Amino acid sequence: MLKRIASGPYLVWIVLFILIPILMIGFFSMVRTDAETGAYYLTATNFARVFEPVYIAVWTRSIKIALEATAICLLLGYPMAMILAKMNSRYRTIAVMLFVVPMWMNFLLRTYAWMTILGKNGILNKILMFFGLPQMTFLYSEGAVLLGMVYNFLPFMVLPIYTVLSKMDQSLIEAAEDLGGNKVNVFRKVIFPLSLPGVVSGTSMVFMPAVSTFVISNLLYGGQYMLIGNLIEQQFLVVNDWFFGSAISIILMILILVTMAVMNRLSGNNPEEGGVNLW
Amino acid sequence: MKKIIVLVMVMVLTTVIFTACAQEDKVVLNVYNWGDYIDEDIFEMFEEETGIEINYETYATNEEMYTKIKKGGTRYDLAIPSEYMIEKMIREEMLEKIDLSKIPNFKNIDEDFKNLSFDPDNTYSVPYFWGTVGIIYNTELIEEPINSWDVLWDEKYAGQFTMMDSQRDSIMVALKKLGYSMNTKNLDELEEAKQLLIEQKPMVLAYVGDNVKDMLISGEAAMAVVWSGEASAVIQEYDEFEYVLPVEGSNLWFDNIVIPKGAENIDAAHQFIDFLCRPDIGFLNADYVGYSTVNTETLKLIDPELMGTTYAYPLDEWIENYEIFNDPGDFILEYDRIWTEVKAN
Repeated sequence: MLKRIASGPYLVWIVLFILIPILMIGFFSMVRTDAETGAYYLTATNFARVFEPVYIAVWTRSIKIALEATAICLLLGYPMAMILAKMNSRYRTIAVMLFVVPMWMNFLLRTYAWMTILGKNGILNKILMFFGLPQMTFLYSEGAVLLGMVYNFLPFMVLPIYTVLSKMDQSLIEAAEDLGGNKVNVFRKVIFPLSLPGVVSGTSMVFMPAVSTFVISNLLYGGQYMLIGNLIEQQFLVVNDWFFGSAISIILMILILVTMAVMNRLSGNNPEEGGVNLW
Repeated sequence: MKKIIVLVMVMVLTTVIFTACAQEDKVVLNVYNWGDYIDEDIFEMFEEETGIEINYETYATNEEMYTKIKKGGTRYDLAIPSEYMIEKMIREEMLEKIDLSKIPNFKNIDEDFKNLSFDPDNTYSVPYFWGTVGIIYNTELIEEPINSWDVLWDEKYAGQFTMMDSQRDSIMVALKKLGYSMNTKNLDELEEAKQLLIEQKPMVLAYVGDNVKDMLISGEAAMAVVWSGEASAVIQEYDEFEYVLPVEGSNLWFDNIVIPKGAENIDAAHQFIDFLCRPDIGFLNADYVGYSTVNTETLKLIDPELMGTTYAYPLDEWIENYEIFNDPGDFILEYDRIWTEVKAN
């Protein structure tokens, strides 16, 4: 009885702030208003427009950079998670804290901080000039956006993998070693497959915010570089076309759902064993 | 069972507390303005004089303000849009009428800025500031003199200048370079402007809003398309900058104070408008924001050295061919599409 009442506020929350908005977006994506009367009419033009060549280019750009960011996070994050998991427990707490502490600071501020580091007269260029090297352009480039994504989302990759690795049954690894497996084989055939749930959840937790971000690209590429998130933001805030904006949002949601489904299939469909499978 | 009673009591209590907090006697005036477009010290002066508290929020473009008021379910008592947006908001019945008899200081406003075509009898708006759009550049980084929009398409300056992240202003630059009206309703002209902007895009360092001043001062950008007041603020602090009014023509604009429909404190809003029209307050604001005042009494207090400068009080002949934006009606959808395509490209 108490359980049911206690879940009440959460249900209200879900309905008000998740269900109703999604239904509204779904509705807006399928209609437009008549210029004369202001009445809604059903139409597919919003969706048709999403697939125009200009916007297809935006999609491929967003997916490409999100994939790149995810790959870099995985390449950097996996070894980091392994180092963390193997660390002496005394230092481990401190090392994990070092990952978490920057996340206490606002995401926007952290991204702004990069602007002063990468700028034309920023810290990085000051260092270059100190060594007599020519000034370079870091800010307002695709590299800056990629860096911003990796920097902001790396903890989301490291932490789930670290959790899986540190909970892994050590006796399995010992058994593999006893049976004559060398380091590479033990990793390839035992450790990595067992850590897949962590990799999958890390990958989706990096890919999703990366594919939909608009703040990072806005700040670090100065509104030059349009990603899907920027396109949606522009439709809602600047050109006031909620219908087109909703259609893009729906497609983006479908894209993310499909990614999630694929990733879940890849991880072998056993969320209970994984422990950190968030989806 | 006990637990349920406790839970219910806690919920009732929190509801009571929250609603109690919301009902205060003090009048709070919700002001929605451009970023960096008022001297915020005057809020305290206003509160001391009238007891009315100011709740202040800002926006970066007319379009952002419009969307928020139109769709956001907000209740702003005051906003300061530009002329074409006021025209649109009047057409869409989004504005309250202003009772000029409650604004005695309206007499201070220069006749030149009253009864303009977008609001013929100042039924809905009271002038606040005016200005132009032009190019500011750092003379230490750019050595040749500039007088035309053409420099923004010159390979030499690739990666050194910023454009405005504001659709009508940026499209205006391209239209003016082509020699067309910035209020064009000719789709071919607009498409030409789009091609020009797409061609220019790789050379643009960034499309920026309020942070343009910081970018200029820090040397990040050598040149920028800006509103005159931003140039004024930078030039008055740093000698190496200069502001030019492009010969092809540009935008002459007016920002007026309006009361959006749905405002809850209409009387207080009138009081604040009158306060803003007072010569001394007008001076504090003009001094802080750097834009050109519309107030004849305030003008007398302004530093005479600013008269005849490109950025503050330009001579009439310099801006003869300058145009004022008007509201293109439903044709704005084409402008929206062009801008979206430029940015997406």
